[in-house]
Amino acid sequence: MIIAEWKPIAEIVARLEGCRSILVAGCATCVAECAAGGEREVESLAPLIQMALAQRGSPVNVFTATLERQCEPEFIEPLFPRMNTVDAVVSIACGIGIQTLGDRFDPIPVYPGVNTTSLAVREEPGRWTVRCEACGSCVLGDTFGLCPIARCAKSLLNGPCGGTRENGKCEVNSDVDCIWLKIYERAMARGKLEALLGIQPTRNWSNSRHGGQKVMIREELRP
Amino acid sequence: MNTKAGSRLEQVLKAGEFAVTVEVGPPRGPNAGAVIDKARLLTGVADGYNVTDNQTAVVRMSSIAASKILLDEGLEPVMQMVCRDRNRIAMQSDLLGASALGIRNVLCLSGDHQKASASGKLKGHPGAKNVYDIDSIQLVSMVAGMRDRAVQEGGDPLTEPTPFWIGAAWTPLAPPTDFRVFRLAKKVQAGADFIQTQAIFDLRAFAHAMQQAVELGITERTFILGGVIVPKSAAMLRYMQRNVPGVVVPEALIDRMSQAKDPLQEGVAITLELIAGLRAIPGVKGVHLQAIEAEHLLPEILHAVGLLPRPMGI
Repeated sequence: MIIAEWKPIAEIVARLEGCRSILVAGCATCVAECAAGGEREVESLAPLIQMALAQRGSPVNVFTATLERQCEPEFIEPLFPRMNTVDAVVSIACGIGIQTLGDRFDPIPVYPGVNTTSLAVREEPGRWTVRCEACGSCVLGDTFGLCPIARCAKSLLNGPCGGTRENGKCEVNSDVDCIWLKIYERAMARGKLEALLGIQPTRNWSNSRHGGQKVMIREELRP
Repeated sequence: MNTKAGSRLEQVLKAGEFAVTVEVGPPRGPNAGAVIDKARLLTGVADGYNVTDNQTAVVRMSSIAASKILLDEGLEPVMQMVCRDRNRIAMQSDLLGASALGIRNVLCLSGDHQKASASGKLKGHPGAKNVYDIDSIQLVSMVAGMRDRAVQEGGDPLTEPTPFWIGAAWTPLAPPTDFRVFRLAKKVQAGADFIQTQAIFDLRAFAHAMQQAVELGITERTFILGGVIVPKSAAMLRYMQRNVPGVVVPEALIDRMSQAKDPLQEGVAITLELIAGLRAIPGVKGVHLQAIEAEHLLPEILHAVGLLPRPMGI
């Protein structure tokens, strides 16, 4: 799922001073799963914003909405009739939802209430870790299903750097496994060491952000 | 002698001499004098002088510029190049420039992650963006292509070959230790002519790793220089033991340092033993010495182990 983290309240309200009416908009999909931008978080953030702005002498009406999917225009549409009274929106959906809302409600400003951080999995309650960088050229078939692009601090393709700690953790973050150690262990467990002995050539990064703004066309689905 | 780049380091190794390289960290400022002072202190002690590339991700004078200053002082640089800060376009451009300046040795490294810059007393730039467009093994391949086929990584031709004697690093004692020798083999297959290892304090463990390298035939295809860091105190050894992955420091060595009346002199004694121990390990063709903030000790150390003067006429 896409995961996000709350921005500091001070950063959020700094943009809202002078507003008389705002909408706090959540999304019931990925960011709800990671407890950052779902209905529960919308309903906790709204009063915090209201209080913070009141303390700054800028009282505001806050109303809330949690859309089924903020990245899909049809889920946004029902909000539209209410928008004529809104001065600004705080969205706690992912960056995709925030932009979709911003396009639809232009010129009403839509501010991010979260930082979208990665494509991650919930490893255990309260802990999410990255799994994918959407790099556009998947290597999981070569790396025993463990992604070194997202999970190695240096995105190495030819095995671990010298920074694997004695306990198997990464030197950059002692809280995460050296993913190349895990890849090696899986290779050994499957009797496939030879799969790691060849040199992986340089990558073509152009199917990701590095190739310019990414657009995907599927002709058979076009109108 | 048939050479690939004609560097002194290449010739010394191919002549069968036990090679010596030492490390010269560029200054955190623009003063060429700081490099020149170190160069004059270390003239004649080594065959090659490693010039680090923003090691620990702390900003320093560029390795190309400092390498050129060493060349002007008559010392042969081993220019280090890391994958952290530049993409393949900038790296190849810098390699062409370095070659034009007369630099003939390059050591290809992944590079310390930018978060490492804030691990010591300095602020560093932990919020910097990293690049890692290519990794160290791909960098070795790229330099080999520029030299052997006069071709850029993307396939375009160079006007002529770019002569470099190509080096890479080996951390034999980091987990997964059983895989480390295979990763070394990949570097050699990619084109690494010489290897400098992470600092060795556990000679027995390193001898075992070297035996694996010998058995795989790696020592027939590359020259391995064992890494040595001059220990200056028990605290320094303890720090490395706990915080530098791949540096295995036996407890006995730390005890010895902590009981020493003159730790620096004891550190020199340990260094002499390490160098002698490395020379005795089959397949080791030289040493790479680091005396961090204590470079003045190097001439004395190398003299004491009989590695001075360095071979003449090469």
